[in-house]
Amino acid sequence: MRLPDGEDAPSDGTLPSAVVQGAAERAFGVYLHVPFCAVRCGYCDFNTYTALELARPGEQLVGASQDTYAQAACAEIAFADAALRASGVPRRTVETVFVGGGTPTLLPAADLAAMLQAVRDTWGLTPDAEVTTEANPDSVTPDALRALARAGFTRISFGMQSAVPHVLATLDRTHDPERVPDAVRWAREAGLGVSVDLIYGTPGESLADWATSLAAAVALEPDHVSAYALTVEEGTALHRRVARGELPAPTDDDEAAKYELADAVLAGAGYDWYEISNWARTPADRCRHNVAYWRNQDWWGIGPGAHSHVGGTRWWNIKHPRAYAARIAAGVSPAAAREVLDGEARLLEDVLLGTRLVEGYPVSALSRQAVEGLVADGLAVRTDADRLVLTLRGRLLADTVVHRLT
Amino acid sequence: MPIPSPALAAGIQPAATAPHLLRNFCIIAHIDHGKSTLADRMLQLTGVVDSRAMRAQYLDRMDIERERGITIKSQAVRMPWGVTGDDGVESAYALNMIDTPGHVDFTYEVSRSLAACEGAVLLVDAAQGIEAQTLANLYLALENDLTIIPVLNKIDLPAAQPEKYAEELANLIGGDPEDCLRVSGKTGAGVVELLDRIVADIPAPTGDPTAPARAMIFDSVYDTYRGVVTYVRVVDGQLSPRERILMMSTRATHELLEIGVSAPEPTPTRGLGVGEVGYLITGVKDVRQSRVGDTVTNAHKPASDELGGYRDPKPMVFSGLYPIDGSDYPVLRDALDRLKLNDAALVYEPETSAALGFGFRCGFLGLLHLEIVRERLEREFTLDLISTAPNVVYDVTMEDGTEHVVTNPSEYPAGKIREVREPVVRATILTPNEFVGGIMELCQSRRGALQGMDYLSEDRVEMRYTLPLAEIVFDFFDQLKSKTRGYASLDYETTGDAPADLVKVDILLQGETVDAFSAIVHKDKAYSYGVMMAGKLKDLIPRQQFEVPIQAAVGSRIIARETVRAMRKDVLAKCYGGDISRKRKLLEKQKEGKKRMKTIGRVDVPQEAFIAALSSDAPTGKDAKDAKR
Ligand SMILES: Nc1nc2c(ncn2[C@@H]2O[C@H](COP(=O)(O)OP(=O)(O)OP(=O)(O)O)[C@@H](O)[C@H]2O)c(=O)[nH]1
Ligand SMILES: C[S@@+](CC[C@H](N)C(=O)[O-])C[C@H]1O[C@@H](n2cnc3c(N)ncnc32)[C@H](O)[C@@H]1O
Ligand code: SF4
Ligand SMILES: [Mg+2]
Repeated sequence: MRLPDGEDAPSDGTLPSAVVQGAAERAFGVYLHVPFCAVRCGYCDFNTYTALELARPGEQLVGASQDTYAQAACAEIAFADAALRASGVPRRTVETVFVGGGTPTLLPAADLAAMLQAVRDTWGLTPDAEVTTEANPDSVTPDALRALARAGFTRISFGMQSAVPHVLATLDRTHDPERVPDAVRWAREAGLGVSVDLIYGTPGESLADWATSLAAAVALEPDHVSAYALTVEEGTALHRRVARGELPAPTDDDEAAKYELADAVLAGAGYDWYEISNWARTPADRCRHNVAYWRNQDWWGIGPGAHSHVGGTRWWNIKHPRAYAARIAAGVSPAAAREVLDGEARLLEDVLLGTRLVEGYPVSALSRQAVEGLVADGLAVRTDADRLVLTLRGRLLADTVVHRLT
Repeated sequence: MPIPSPALAAGIQPAATAPHLLRNFCIIAHIDHGKSTLADRMLQLTGVVDSRAMRAQYLDRMDIERERGITIKSQAVRMPWGVTGDDGVESAYALNMIDTPGHVDFTYEVSRSLAACEGAVLLVDAAQGIEAQTLANLYLALENDLTIIPVLNKIDLPAAQPEKYAEELANLIGGDPEDCLRVSGKTGAGVVELLDRIVADIPAPTGDPTAPARAMIFDSVYDTYRGVVTYVRVVDGQLSPRERILMMSTRATHELLEIGVSAPEPTPTRGLGVGEVGYLITGVKDVRQSRVGDTVTNAHKPASDELGGYRDPKPMVFSGLYPIDGSDYPVLRDALDRLKLNDAALVYEPETSAALGFGFRCGFLGLLHLEIVRERLEREFTLDLISTAPNVVYDVTMEDGTEHVVTNPSEYPAGKIREVREPVVRATILTPNEFVGGIMELCQSRRGALQGMDYLSEDRVEMRYTLPLAEIVFDFFDQLKSKTRGYASLDYETTGDAPADLVKVDILLQGETVDAFSAIVHKDKAYSYGVMMAGKLKDLIPRQQFEVPIQAAVGSRIIARETVRAMRKDVLAKCYGGDISRKRKLLEKQKEGKKRMKTIGRVDVPQEAFIAALSSDAPTGKDAKDAKR
């Protein structure tokens, strides 16, 4: 994923004084990035690298490869704590941790445990903290899952994507769909909450294929489902194949139909939407870490290419693991650039994030005329609590909604 | 000795040159036959521009002329030339040369220049032969009783066929093929002989030096630093600095602040005498006070009769010009006022379009003229403009006898129409005979009527047609080019108007007429226009929250229909920590884009859609040049 443009970030990691304001009232979360995958999927533009891409014989730099990565991440945790304190941000106990990738489960469970322990040692974890890791279905074993649960992980999110072999093949997914139920069962036996990620709109996927995948996901009885429309990201193999005409580009109409199907099937199976692309069995099963993003809470992203947000300042780390490791080794902030949002930008973000959620957005903070127009057009409803909540059609046209509100 | 010695040169000083030592001529030709390049060689050989200062097409000074490699404005230059007579006596002459444009849109520039001259160098590309504007400009020169010197140019080209084309030229203007000079503007070959020939063949101006002064204004140019610069040719008497002059048609008087000649830089002189060509500066700021065609005389000792003037060029093609950013309207108005100072042919008046806001309906000589004005407005005044599809002017007579002059399709009257008349041109097409059939087909499909056909030589044919102007101003030239592999050339002049079976096609978005897309077309072409425009818009208008029907209609009859289906999804599915900045920036960009949209009814139409839908595949000067290569 290409990093946004921004201003230079200070090398000591300190933040503008404005971030302190209201910090005590905001939740604090930690995102831990693991930038490694066994192979790269053609559609994926996450900041991730295969062992082959990173190979450098005799490499000494700690953190530049899978074996020593956890050490570097732990170093950044210490750096983050110091920078926050130097910026005057009160120390807050961490409520959510999310380990994402890449494929975090390519690392030994012990490494993931060590990273979580560093968070705990540094900031503490609330007793009901949510700790999630992403995982590829073929990268887990019962032992590893048990070890993760023991270390304090509470949730696992499997990249299932599809249950249909030809769709998985187009997505370059290597896992065997038949093994997904095993992975889910092991996770549950280990005591972890389970979520599955699905992708719809893959070239060649029929509506029936998508129904098959949805049925397979529901049959796993996960606590949580994420379903994403396939985005053809620039710079990916998928993008090149579409550009060359080898694969048809996904269409909005097809994706809209599939979204509607997903919402119907999932609702029928007892999953309620709580964010445009996320459904949970109960409110307690929602991903609190992600909800914090949409509510504009604070989080620190650890690792190469990780993004952070504290009180209206966003920043992102340099992407390459080697450059990242070098900065960490030098005790210098790994931030590539940052963005101190002005009032207008914060408002736009607030609306664009807030309206994605089932709680909706307070009507009192919006233009009455715009709200009435959206309600009249069937894009949103006004709840008894006087919040504006998107309808199914409004969720699909959320960009239009944001434009009309801002 | 081409460059006269100082002693001899003393005899040809401005205001002190005997008329028999003056020669006034212009260079006329079909576009691209090398007029400006030949002028370059003359400037060098006569020593007025030294080789260090020389650059190709020296007299093409406007950026747009240099970029396009064409001449748009005529330029006059005074040059000395020495000739040794049969008696061995050397004399110096002052030559006044005018380089003219070749493109048909600028024919009026040529006709103005002709009135300042006694002779014309008719230049013909020796690799191309006679073409349509060769004829058109030749006839203009003959109408003005000019002495013609036929010259074949580009003889350095391997493809040159001077024998063949000398024959053609001799057939055309009479005389011997041997009389036809052969030159190369590129190498300079033959140019000395040409200058000598100009002195020998072109008559000296005649005029009465003792009569009250009379000078003909043949050009009037606004210059930011000097105000209006007026170019004149003195017919009788003398003009001197500081005298009061009278413009005979407007009766306005001015003081002559400066008088001089172009050499080729403006050079003040002690005045201008009989037969001389030069410029006047009076301090007026508006070229309308110094009208082309008017006669200048002395205010205290005025002449009694005006010289014959010119007809003002009449606009042939109309188009609406609108600023993309509505707040630029005043800038556009000022810019048009400024361009008008140098361009009598440009006319405009304010108009309002429901779709495009405030703008101007502008009249042009042709599409190249339109394109050049538009480009100058955008470039010199940093404006972003939309121009509506060009159209000609229609005279509509209603059943009740009321008449309407329609320059904008959206003003086409509703109700019972008795007759619509449209402008008609007489077109001359020169072509190798193998393409005659294809050209006939093309002209037929454009409602043309063949008036006659002549063989200029064994294999070259002149075809004369009358055609509706509306049928040829748009893509006719492109079609002609492609049907003749670039070998045919076209010239035309308006000859009046004729009744025609025309209808107005409206384009409706969600039931609302979009005035900017209305067009007046022949009844038989209404359907294809409607289908084409509806189809174009369907691809150009982004999907909206609701379905947008696009219809083409003649009156209340729908003749074509397309639909932009409602947009069903625009949301980015995944929006996690790393996506937020990106997503916000995307929305901000879209917001900017929305500002550049026009809302018609409830439909957002991007400017690009207007531009793309309205852009025509019009022939341009560039195309005309490409056709030759
Ligand atoms: N080989 C060769 N090329 C020439 C000669 N004279 C002109 N050209 C080329 O012909 C092209 C047109 O020359 P111009 O001098 O601009 O022609 P023009 O007649 O002034 O054109 P307009 O002003 O647009 O009508 C240019 O590319 C010149 O370099 C010549 O004698 N020999
Ligand atoms: C960081 S990724 C991956 C986790 C894990 N490596 C995996 O692939 O199973 C998180 C999720 O984003 C989704 N995703 C990644 N790239 C996507 C794309 N181009 N379009 C839509 N969804 C995408 C996939 O559903 C994926 O499971
Ligand atoms: S495994 Fe996941 S993170 Fe890795 S390349 Fe594939 S989708 Fe991207
Ligand atoms: Mg020229």
